[in-house]
Order: sequence, then C-alpha cells, then structure tokens
Amino acid sequence: MAETSETADIQRKIRAAFHVFDHKADNTVDVREVSTIIYSLGCFPTKADIHRFVDEVEEDNMGYVHLDKFLPVMTKVLLENKFPPIPEENLLQAFEVLDKERRGYMEPQELAKYMKSEGETFSQEEMNEMLTALVDEKKNLICYKELISQLTLDLDT
Amino acid sequence: MGCGMGKSSLQEKKSIRAALLIQRWYRQYVARLEMRRRCTWNIFQSIEYAGEQDQIKLYSFFGFLMDHFTPASSERNLISHIFRENEICRDTEWERYFCYKDIEVPDSYTGPHLTFPMTFCGVSKLVEAFKQKQQLHARYVLQILGETWRLLRILPNINHVSVCQTKEITICGDLHGQLEDLLLIFYKNGLPSSEKPYIFNGDFVDRGKSSLEILLILFGFLLVYPNDLHLNRGNHEDHIVNLRSLKSGTNLIHFVFARYGFTKEILGKYRVHGKKILKLLQKIFSWLPLATVINDKVLVVHGGISNSTDLNVLSNLQYVSVLRPPKVVHQTLNGNRNEGDNGPAEGRRRVRSLTNHSSLKTFPQIVNLLWSDPMPQNGCISNEVRGGGCYWGPDVTEEVLGRHNLQLLIRSHECKQDGYEFCHNRRVLTIFSASNYYEVGSNRGAYIRMGADLVPHFIQYQASRTCRDLTLRQRYNIQKRSALRALREQLFVHKSDLIRAYREFDPHHTGKISMRHWASATETVLKLGLPWRVLRSQLVSRTHYGMVDYQQWIKELSITEPKLEVSDTSILETMYKNHSNLETIFRIIDTDHSGLISLEEFRQTWKLLSSHLKMEISDKAITDLAHSIDFNKDGSIDINEFMEAFRLVDLSAHG
Repeated sequence: MAETSETADIQRKIRAAFHVFDHKADNTVDVREVSTIIYSLGCFPTKADIHRFVDEVEEDNMGYVHLDKFLPVMTKVLLENKFPPIPEENLLQAFEVLDKERRGYMEPQELAKYMKSEGETFSQEEMNEMLTALVDEKKNLICYKELISQLTLDLDT
Repeated sequence: MGCGMGKSSLQEKKSIRAALLIQRWYRQYVARLEMRRRCTWNIFQSIEYAGEQDQIKLYSFFGFLMDHFTPASSERNLISHIFRENEICRDTEWERYFCYKDIEVPDSYTGPHLTFPMTFCGVSKLVEAFKQKQQLHARYVLQILGETWRLLRILPNINHVSVCQTKEITICGDLHGQLEDLLLIFYKNGLPSSEKPYIFNGDFVDRGKSSLEILLILFGFLLVYPNDLHLNRGNHEDHIVNLRSLKSGTNLIHFVFARYGFTKEILGKYRVHGKKILKLLQKIFSWLPLATVINDKVLVVHGGISNSTDLNVLSNLQYVSVLRPPKVVHQTLNGNRNEGDNGPAEGRRRVRSLTNHSSLKTFPQIVNLLWSDPMPQNGCISNEVRGGGCYWGPDVTEEVLGRHNLQLLIRSHECKQDGYEFCHNRRVLTIFSASNYYEVGSNRGAYIRMGADLVPHFIQYQASRTCRDLTLRQRYNIQKRSALRALREQLFVHKSDLIRAYREFDPHHTGKISMRHWASATETVLKLGLPWRVLRSQLVSRTHYGMVDYQQWIKELSITEPKLEVSDTSILETMYKNHSNLETIFRIIDTDHSGLISLEEFRQTWKLLSSHLKMEISDKAITDLAHSIDFNKDGSIDINEFMEAFRLVDLSAHG
C-alpha cells in the first residue's frame, strides 16, 4: 500500500517536471531538456549516465521524448535511487583532493584547469558561469567550504 | 620506482574522480536553477501569447461587425466610420496629405538636420543623434517615411540577394523597439553599406521605447542602399497590432503582456504630427516585403511556413493587416480591379487575375509566414497559442524546402535564451536580436554572419552591462518577481469568474477549498497552462490545513478602486477583462487620433461588443455607463481617461 502511494507521489513529481518543458502540451519534450529534468528531480547522474538514459527513452532519434517512455524509466531511477545525491562530506573531500595544501580555498585558475581538462570536462561557457557563481569577488578565490553549504541552501529556499 | 609511479597514478585517479564529482554536483545545481528559470519563462510566455490571442479574437469581432452591417441599421455610421480609411483614394491624394513641405523647422530645434537624397553620412549622423537621445523633427520624419513609402512600392514581395567570397551578409531577428540592441549590433558588426549587407527579419517595433528610432535608422539605410539593406515584415508591423497600447503609468513596473505601445510612442513624441506619421506608417507596413532568399538557397522570413506555402504565389500579393483580410475583389469588364479594401491598386503588385476565391485562400498563407512556429512532431496544425498562423513539423520543412530547392529556413518570432536555436535537423534556425526581452538577464540577443558557403556564424550579446555581472541566481530572482506581478494582475482581472469556479467546489459555502481544487479551478478560468499547484505557495500566502480561503484571498487581490459608479458591477468586470481589446477598438474608432470618441460611438461599440460576447446588457445600463465615464460631462469620452480608470496599481505592496 505504502509502495503504491510512494510511486504515485513520484510519478506526480515526474509529470510536473516534464510538463515545464512540454511547450505544445502534447506530452513531449525536446531531448536536450532531459538532463535538466533528471537533475531537477534531485538526481546526480554523470554525463555518461544521461547518455544511457536518453538512448533508452528518445523517440527513434527524432529529437524528442514522449512521456510514455520517460515516465517508467524515470520512476525506476527514483525508486531505486540510481543517481543519489552527493553527501557534503564527499564533496568537501573532492575539493581537498584538488586543493592539495588544504587551504580551504582555491584560486579560480586552479579549479578551471581541472574542470576543463579532467573528468567530464566543462566547456569554456560552463567554466565562465561556474566562476561567476563561485568566485568570491573581493578575495578572487573560491572558498569551497562555505560555498558547499550555501549553494545547497540556495536551492532549498 | 614502481612504487613511485603507482603513487602518482593513484593521485591522478583520485583527482579525476574528484573532478568528476565536482562537475556532477555543479551541473546539478545549474540544472535546478535552470528548471526554475524555465518555470518563470513559461509564465511570461503564456501571458504574452494569451495577449496575442486577444488580438486575433478582435478579427472575429470585425467579422461580426461586417456581417451585421446593413445600410439601414443605426450602426451604419459607426462601421463606415471605422472602415473609412478603406475608401478608394488615389496615391496622389495621400501624397498631398503626407506632404512635409509646409512644416517649418524652428531655429530652436537642436536635433539633427537631414538633407535629401539621403547619404551614408546623413544616416550615420542620425544614428549618432539617436544615441545622444535626440528626437528627429516631424518634418524630417515625414520626409524619410515618404521616400520610404515610394521605394517600397516598387520593391518585390520577396527579395533575392546573393553573397559571395568578398561579401558576407548579416541577418538580425526581432528588435522590438530596443535601440540599445541595434546600436550594439552596429558597434560589433559595423554599419550597413554595399560591402556590408543586412537583412532585418521583422518585429522592429512594439514593446521597447524606441520603435520609431529603429524604423528611421533602418529606412534611412534602406534609402541609401536599397540593394543591400533588406527588411522583412514581422507580425508586429501591422497597424492594428500596434494599436494595442500599454496603460503605462510610471508607477507600473514591467507588465510583460500587452506591452505594445508603438502607437502611443508616436503620439507621445509627436503631438502635432503624430497622426500623420501613424497613417503613413500604416501604409509603409502594408508594403514591406514578406521574405528574402539568399543565393536561391536560404529562405529568411519572420514567422515560418505552412504546408501550403508557395513562394511563387506570394510574390504577387499584398496584404494590409492580419485583422483585415482582403475583401472580395470584383473584376470589371476592362480588367480594372475595383478595390474594396486594400487601397490603391497601382504598382507591381497588382494582381490582374485574382478571383474571389484565391484571395481568401492565399491570405492565410501570408498570416502563416508571419505568425507560425515550428514544432518537433510531424504535421501542420493551427497555432492555438498565438491565435494565428500554424505549428509546422520537420516533414513540412523538408517538403517546402525541397519543393523550392532551398537548404535552410531562417526565421525569428520566438525569443530564445541564447539568441538563436536550431531545430528540424538544423534545417530551421531561429534568430532573435532583442536581449533581455522578458526581463533583465532573461536572454541574450544574437545575429548571424553568413558567407558564400551559406554556413551561419553566430554572434551573441546582452545589452545591459549590469546584468552580465549578476549571478544566475540574482537574475532568476528579478525575473521571478516580475512574472509573479504579471500573474497577479491576470488573477485580479478574472476575479468574478474565479470566484464562480471556486464556489463549484464549495457546495456548503465554507469559503474554503482544497489546494488541488484551487489549482484546477484557476486553470479552467485562466487557461494559461501553468503549474498552479507549484505556483500556489507564491501566490497564496496563507492556507489552513491544506485549504485555501479563497474569499479572503480574492479580497486581498483587490488593488484598485474604480472611479466609476455603475449600477451593474458585472459590466465593470467585463470591462476589466476586455479592456485591452476595448482600447484597440476605441482607437480604431478614433480614426483621427484625437483621443476622444463621442458618447454615441461608445454606446454603439459597447452594444456591438456585448452582443458579440453574447452578454445581456440593457440599453439603459450602457447609457448610464457611458455617462459615468464621461468624467467632465462634455459629451465625449477621453480614451486615456477611460483607460486610467482601469489602470491597475503596482502590486508590489503584496510582495
């Protein structure tokens, strides 16, 4: 009983997020918006995860995704918690790996270097936006310790 | 040695994992902000399109008027009054009316002086003057417009241009009266010239404050470089669309819907000659070309296409306004056309063999060119959201482009966050040049540079320097506040209908309904397609155990005390709901743009509108209303005063 109402709840959330991008009100969204929808439902997939997801739900390479395909796949993702959120601790540790001296902050160019050359790299545009969002103007530094909790708070308000 | 290498590769692995984590986290943060931004955007857009729908509904009202027109009816004077401008009038008579020669430029005038024929220096001087916020004297305005009108009458409906190795072309989208964006484009890209051709793809006017300045600059360059400056008509280059004017008080902060105001801009800037200028612009708009084709391969048009688009047919037509379809045309024996509606029949666009049927069939084709939007699915369906034109799919793109041997369709008409966007397998490209269109930081503008290879290159920009420095989050907050303000006004305007809808869920008159019912009823009334359950927390401040106290909430939405005393408050509600349409109708009646209409005209209009809306209103009620609106009791109604009575006060007091 509890399971069904949880599923119903989840499906309601999925539909609501889906419809934000459903401009023609015909239960389809542009495939390029799928990642935003998944993220907004509280998931933290990698880009590779997203590609796999899209392959499963895209309508024959037509550039759009129908709710009928999206809903069951997304429901499974949420029920199984496939792309769980990153605990603050892990995030802090990740920064500390890059900030070898553990100063508690990083210079913008330092972080930029990593973001653009390692992992699932950022484009120049993504990098510029990240710097605008994260860099403390006065000190010209990224004080990641404070940022982590602040940004989490940002989204909850 | 082996140990050392292992250690450093372990370190590498760790930093790759760390980078991955941070990237994942940050992308999620951005996506969630983007989601919120998109919700706000949807609010703006749905209100904007709902406003546009209203205009098209006016068309049905005019159709209704014409159907009910009988020579014997008392409304005869009103209707012929409305359509007086359609009397057959030779161009020479109009030219006399628009003559600027008797207008003197006083010594005290500090603006730019123009000499004719226009030269590149003259136009750049004009650009400079507008940059300094100077105003061009009415004499010169009429002179430029007169020359432009003469030129447009000999230009074809569809411009054909070519680009080559040494000559790239620049294509700009909607500008909507935002002069700063045009100046920014000129700054980055250079002024138009024979080495630097430009295409401007419509919607030069309405919404921004400098529509006339943009037109004068574009027309100026058109006069100097008629083969290198190309203008495509947009759906806003339509005098009836322009008549919808914003109730702009300085207390009102941006109401994004119905932010039209071109007519008001002109009348405000040119008190003596404004009406003449407007009339001349009316003529000019109806002669603007409809599309441009580059190297016979790239089609540039403002809105888009439909499955019936046929460029050969369109080369031969003329159309005045989306709200005034061509009347049936009669052929006389000697082949001369006896025009009913479309003004002088001289010129290259005279269609000798146009029959009754074909003019009515091809008119929608033109509306489609200017009002349509692309959709991801195949097919071609009517565009309910805009109220005009169609939605067309990738199959229609392939078919129409194939039929005309084209490879790319460039269009505008829709605001895009990055200033441009591809769709339909990169066969359709939307270009939009008005940055910060909905609100500060809402979007970038962009323009296209294209060379002989016909590959589009994009340059993006954002006009205001301050918004570039705002973070995503700050920009989002500004937009959110504006959107909510606009939404609250919509709610207020539909108060009665909302209460009625809420009451249906409240059979025991408790004054409270569940949030779910509130959301469903609100959508039924407003039909904006918005996620009301999500928005509820921003719009309704207090709930009791999950129930909305709608009586109290509606009362709190009341933010204005009407100055009118009417016995029947339902009329008042109807007026509120229809007041933008009413204003358009009044301004059409006020053909000499005096700002006044007689009580009798008001009474007749209201009577017609209410019978069209199928409302029961007694003659006495209308007469009483008319008298009460005549504030100074002089037998005429000042349109501005009337609209003032319905002006809604800034809602920021409610948060």
